[in-house]
Amino acid sequence: MRLVFTYVIGLMFGIGISLSGMANPAKVLNFFDIAGSWDPSLMFVMGGALITTFVGYRWVLGREAPVFAPAFGVPTARQIDGKLIGGSAVFGIGWGIAGFCPGGALPALGTGRWEVFAFVAALIVGILLAKFLQSIGRPEAQPAA
Amino acid sequence: METIFTPWASLSGGVLIGLAAVLLMLTLGRIMGATGLLAGVIQPQSKEDATWRLVLLAGMATGPLVIWAASGAMPAVEVPVSTPALVIGGVIVGLGGTIGSGCTSGHGVCGMARLSLRSVAATVTFMIATGLTVYVTRHVLGG
Repeated sequence: MRLVFTYVIGLMFGIGISLSGMANPAKVLNFFDIAGSWDPSLMFVMGGALITTFVGYRWVLGREAPVFAPAFGVPTARQIDGKLIGGSAVFGIGWGIAGFCPGGALPALGTGRWEVFAFVAALIVGILLAKFLQSIGRPEAQPAA
Repeated sequence: METIFTPWASLSGGVLIGLAAVLLMLTLGRIMGATGLLAGVIQPQSKEDATWRLVLLAGMATGPLVIWAASGAMPAVEVPVSTPALVIGGVIVGLGGTIGSGCTSGHGVCGMARLSLRSVAATVTFMIATGLTVYVTRHVLGG
């Protein structure tokens, strides 16, 4: 039952991404190209998703626990540090170069387009590279913290 | 490359993305973050952890097929950048999304909806960085 729900939730996300235009790099890049061929559609994606999630989370996070898990896995970190800002800036540069973000590309795998597979393969390389950098950085980071 | 302004399709897509994020929190108690989801598929913590991630991913990838079945056409995927740009961009996205603990879905939707200051800071940062990058690639370097 849990996995049926999980699948349907993934499907909803995939249909949402497909309808929204987030799976289309041309549309994503045009949103950021205010000085050129600007397409404001993504503002509506962001707005619709944010308002829905904000309202829904008020209700869900007011519960004792999730339906199929013992507790909510909500991030507890509060510090705005160099990793957060630096990582996010790097993420933005990559998004601006490629036009795909992970949430747009994962559902787009279903289109079978080779460009999506190429991006996701590169994405995996980037994630593994970050994990490697984190693993060699960790022994030094621990005593300082 | 010009694209057509699609406020209603984008708004309804956004609402569906939001509903999916809310339902994932309600059922599994998880944040709907694509970078973290993929990272967990590559390096799962347990067999159970790998299973729900793969099922969620399979559901996501079925989305375009449902659009195709309903409308007769796959969702548009127009790539206005070169293959090297796509691949280099992909590596950078994966690197930054992992170091920055999240991406558009994790910080931009789920974190901002929780009013997390970290996520607001991350989202503002990457939106500015993306905008500047697009400006440079399209209007400074020329594309």
